[in-house]
Amino acid sequence: MRQIAIYGKGGIGKSTTTQNLVAGLAEAGKKVLIVGCDPKADSTRLMLHAKCQTTVMDLARERGGVEELELGDVLMTGYRGVKCTESGGPEPGVGCAGRGVITAINFLEENGAYSPDLDFVFYDVLGDVVCGGFAMPMREKKAQEIYIVTSGEMMAMYAANNICKGIVKYAVSGGIRLGGLICNSRKVDKEYELIAALAERLGTQLIHFVPRDNIVQRAELKRMTVIEHDPSCGQADEYRELARKISDNRNLVIPTPLTMDELEELLINYGFMDAEEVAA
Amino acid sequence: MSAVVEKTEQIVDEILEVYSEKTLKKRAGHIAVKDSPAGSDCSTCAVKSNVKSIPGVMTARGCAYAGSKGVVWGPIRDMVHLSHGPIGCGYYSWSTRRNLAQGRPGVDNFVPFQFSSDYQEKDIVYGGAQKLEDICREISGLFPLAKGISVQSECPIGLIGDDIEASAKKMQTELKLPVIPVRCEGFRGVSQSLGHHIANDTIRDHVLGKGKLADPGPYDVAIIGDYNIGGDAWASRKILEEIGLRVVAMWSGDGELETMKLTHAVKLNLIHCYRSMNYIARHMEETYDIPWLEYNFFGPSKIESSLRAIASRFDDKIMENAEKVIAKYRPAMDAVLAKYRPRLEGRRVMLYVGGLRPRHVIGAYEDLGMDIIGTGYEFAHADDYKRTIPQLKEGTVIYDDVTEHELDGLVKKLQPDLVGAGIKEKYVFQKLGVPFRQMHSWDYSGPYHGYDGFPIFARDMDMAINSPTWKLVKAPW
Repeated sequence: MRQIAIYGKGGIGKSTTTQNLVAGLAEAGKKVLIVGCDPKADSTRLMLHAKCQTTVMDLARERGGVEELELGDVLMTGYRGVKCTESGGPEPGVGCAGRGVITAINFLEENGAYSPDLDFVFYDVLGDVVCGGFAMPMREKKAQEIYIVTSGEMMAMYAANNICKGIVKYAVSGGIRLGGLICNSRKVDKEYELIAALAERLGTQLIHFVPRDNIVQRAELKRMTVIEHDPSCGQADEYRELARKISDNRNLVIPTPLTMDELEELLINYGFMDAEEVAA
Repeated sequence: MSAVVEKTEQIVDEILEVYSEKTLKKRAGHIAVKDSPAGSDCSTCAVKSNVKSIPGVMTARGCAYAGSKGVVWGPIRDMVHLSHGPIGCGYYSWSTRRNLAQGRPGVDNFVPFQFSSDYQEKDIVYGGAQKLEDICREISGLFPLAKGISVQSECPIGLIGDDIEASAKKMQTELKLPVIPVRCEGFRGVSQSLGHHIANDTIRDHVLGKGKLADPGPYDVAIIGDYNIGGDAWASRKILEEIGLRVVAMWSGDGELETMKLTHAVKLNLIHCYRSMNYIARHMEETYDIPWLEYNFFGPSKIESSLRAIASRFDDKIMENAEKVIAKYRPAMDAVLAKYRPRLEGRRVMLYVGGLRPRHVIGAYEDLGMDIIGTGYEFAHADDYKRTIPQLKEGTVIYDDVTEHELDGLVKKLQPDLVGAGIKEKYVFQKLGVPFRQMHSWDYSGPYHGYDGFPIFARDMDMAINSPTWKLVKAPW
């Protein structure tokens, strides 16, 4: 079983990318569990064709505690047998969502959600690693591999670099490694070159460049992955390719995060400044 | 330098020797030996204070929650104090401080009760706003005569950022009852001292000035910083009333929210525990122009000088009354001294206590002919030591936030006849065969304040030191 965590800036498309690539793995016959680590509980919607109604924390709150839960109450089966569960948690601005993630993951572990027949466990983690709770999947005996979803936009790259700093910390204590950057294209100028260069500077690889295609949004509206919605389209093949690359990936490293100055320099060399000069 | 100073300094050095270089450097600044006689200041014996304790040294300090819930707010009897957070802080702070209160439990006295919001995992994850509101409604339903609710924050409240101010405001409007949020999370500050300050500030903002004294008079005073341990505040109030003053409010031993609201109308604030309540006294001085005076009601000498100092702030009538009261009680006090002084004369005492006692009880011991050879505070600031050092005799050792190792060593080497400290120290020293009295709680006894208290104080010290038990605890081999 390989345990993989997907991180990236908020809104970058972690949940969409995760579910689409998991659909590719499932199509290839792999057994997968998705653990949504986001109080919004939208990490499994495309698999279940509906927003998850029974998250670990919501049900624990209703019944008084996680001690009152059975694994079956919170473990759903979606597209092609993919197992789905969500940590759940509070609405924005109250309580401690990080603690919710910790409690939920502990519950899943203690109750045998990580059964030996699984090929992959994917953790889809909320935005930046804002506190210890959201670093939970990086800790010892949890995910061993991390993929960061980014785009050529500056803040997405900034977040990716910050996440690498978190990985370095846990790489020393827990043995986690970075598997690569996934570029979820926003059609920024020279985006491929920019992310490839960032990946190189971080000591990792751009594992796949996912082009922008409106079919992703259309499939989402139907609460489906692209592979289920239109198996023959080109975008479906992109996700199959991403799935294959992750499945075959052996390039696992401790990243080498950049300083803020180095990151800005990279942007100047590959990105915006150049484009502006051309426009001028 | 006299021989006694030199010898004591050598003992201190030997005790500190076991520390690592870094710890030694830090701790050495917290211990000093007075090298000048009583009555004089001592520039070389200022000690460092109010800084972080060193991990691993076994400090006796408490936390901000202890300072707010346990000390300042807790004794106010006509309201409910909610320990807000998981159950432990609430349970282990239940009835630990012996602040007595009159009234009927559940009617106009809530001191014997303990209220906790008993936070669970789900309250941490989802926030406890709803729970807090439900609890306030429940309290108001179960105890309709409670005059208010204070919300004493435990650590998790601050960690998860619960907006207790918003909940309290909502409940205050809904229940038409003061609901006071107190941000006394235990991780704040270096000791319980910050909790006192936070509690003072919330009382200032939510209580003080909210009422109107119907019949203000020229002799109105408030007792500030008497927590009525074993009935202390009652013994103090009695004397003040006897000299013709009217005690409008007691802060906060046997205190009432309703009378504390009126305190801004008094003519003079009388401060017993300076450390825990100087903040509110200074605030009333600045805002309402009310002067304040520190006094000391331990032992006849200090009672007499304090009564004269207090009376001098009023008119001839009060001053005459004070002399009459002093004369009235003198024979009773002389009888106490006649009985106990011969049994206690020359006995040596080491103290380690909290807010005011490391200096305030010195006079009472000296009245009994006893010598203070060491004293120190858990959570004092520089101004407390400034008030303490002149009272000490040459050779007295002064220790701030003393560690278990240091106090243990000092007691073994200085061999006092009595140690006065708290529950954490009590059994250690009793097992060493050293007589001990708890000087936080009066060991289930008290009061020790005032004319009522001194005979009990003298009896208790005699009982501890001269108990025949001590002859039996030494092993014959």
